Amino acid sequence: MTGTAIIGALAVWGAGWFVNTRLANSAAAQSRFVQLLVPAIFGLTLLIMWELLVRLLDVSPVILPPPTAIASRFAGELPILWADFVQTIIKGAMTGYIVGMFAAFAVAVLADRSDFLTRGILPVGGFMAALPIVGTAPIFVRWLGSDWESKAAVVAVMVFFPILVNTVAGLRDTTAMQRDLMRTYGAGYWPTFFKLRLPAAMPFIFNGLKIATTLALIGAIVAEFFGSPTVGMGFRISTSVGQLALDMVWAEIVVAALAGSAFYGAMAFFEKRVTFWHPSQR
Amino acid sequence: MKSLLPVLTVIAAILLFWVVSVVPMNMHLTADQAQRQDIAVTPDAPAARQEHSGIGLALRNTHLFAMTYTLDRPRLPSPHQVAVEMWDTIALKKITSRRSLVYHGWVTLSATLLGFAIGTGLGILLAVGIVYNKAMDMSVMPWAIASQTIPILALAPMIIVMLGSIGIQGLFPKAVISAYLSFFPVVVGMVKGLRSPDAMQLDLLRTYHASPAQGFWKLRLPASVPYLFASLKIGISASLVGAIVAELPTGARAGFGARMLVGDQYGQPMVTWAALFAAAITAAALVGMFSLMERWTLRRMGMQAA
Repeated sequence: MTGTAIIGALAVWGAGWFVNTRLANSAAAQSRFVQLLVPAIFGLTLLIMWELLVRLLDVSPVILPPPTAIASRFAGELPILWADFVQTIIKGAMTGYIVGMFAAFAVAVLADRSDFLTRGILPVGGFMAALPIVGTAPIFVRWLGSDWESKAAVVAVMVFFPILVNTVAGLRDTTAMQRDLMRTYGAGYWPTFFKLRLPAAMPFIFNGLKIATTLALIGAIVAEFFGSPTVGMGFRISTSVGQLALDMVWAEIVVAALAGSAFYGAMAFFEKRVTFWHPSQR
Repeated sequence: MKSLLPVLTVIAAILLFWVVSVVPMNMHLTADQAQRQDIAVTPDAPAARQEHSGIGLALRNTHLFAMTYTLDRPRLPSPHQVAVEMWDTIALKKITSRRSLVYHGWVTLSATLLGFAIGTGLGILLAVGIVYNKAMDMSVMPWAIASQTIPILALAPMIIVMLGSIGIQGLFPKAVISAYLSFFPVVVGMVKGLRSPDAMQLDLLRTYHASPAQGFWKLRLPASVPYLFASLKIGISASLVGAIVAELPTGARAGFGARMLVGDQYGQPMVTWAALFAAAITAAALVGMFSLMERWTLRRMGMQAA
């Protein structure tokens, strides 16, 4: 039984790899379709191997549920998953993201007028961005209660520093020549800011915003491990782990992955629209 | 050196903001305590005080300001209270004691370093595979990039339970999470680095009749070093966050994460804050160490930081 399982899995792997090697080295490798197809086949190969190994080796669902069990759980628990999504992503992560983003913009614009402050904020902010800020979650839960407000606060603090550092760095990214040109046009601080320096900063700002999307989801989910109402993705993950309902945990992780990719994708989409002039987008 | 004064100014501003916030944050607790000690408080009734904000209450009770800094269990401890607690638990306790932050720090740090070593090693191997094998590049790379948009940390409790139920406990499950978090930044950075030599340089090696192995060791690998260090710095802080979060929801009894949780559950805010700052200092030390190594290595190799 063990033998057939391993041989079966290896056969699936070999077949997937054979197809991918042929596709990758074929004449059509540069086409968009093949470039999407190859990773899709790779992912599918892994899923089939997972399913085969779990079923044939009789792995207990407490250790690793098969993908089909996760899919059926996902389909069966849509209302709960949706409620968790609204609580954690929309209320917690999104609110915090927006608050943190505007706070970072405000501080960046204020600090921007002084070269002295800018030189101080860049290293300190970069340092703060590397710290394990998610550890402040228990403190915020204690201060603001267990509902989404405390999660939003954690998220706001987490996304603040990467966005701040990138915005400040971006606002400095104009050449003396460009600024001089604005001066010869007789443009004051604000026209220069809106017409030259803010657009020039946009690639940096979006870089910060994209980094912050993942941080926002991590903050919102992990903060729920410390106390939450009886709804939310972090709450569901920690209680389902306790009940050994691992298929539910995986279903939540699928939701988190979808939400994370969609959030990042949305930011990448806006970036494309706003910084269409930048070499990296052409 | 030029930025030392600005940096100190910004740090001083943050500290000042903290010190000022202590008064309104702790005012309600202080007022309750003052009343028990028969000090006059306005307004008198506890219920009436609940209707005021921290700032409003602070303005009515200016004589209580000093007390807000000396509470035993404040909502927001003041910087000097955190400093005292850290001095106590880092310098004054024996490092084998369960109350020593050095002991807890080592528990977290050992998991971080083990996981980081595994994650970085596997990441570099996978990156080499991706650069030299087109099928691997097209199959794996999109997933490696997509995985950076996914909150992987949410997997932490499940990995602990999963490994626990097949009998693996202690250091290793935490290291797995650390490894997982440092793995993808290293893969993405290394692939970029190994591909950074331009066509001209690759052509030069071809005119020298260099073998692929020589091309790897003499051109691609040295060219990837600046990118590797940039990824290592991201990876090590991600590893530390991973190890801490892995300790949080799983009832671990030692480590920074466990200390934060203990402080939270037993109402000892100073313990939580001291653990938080010790974790921050550890993260800073690790990143700083890699920055130094980066500067030293790149100078020896005659390069500038990427």
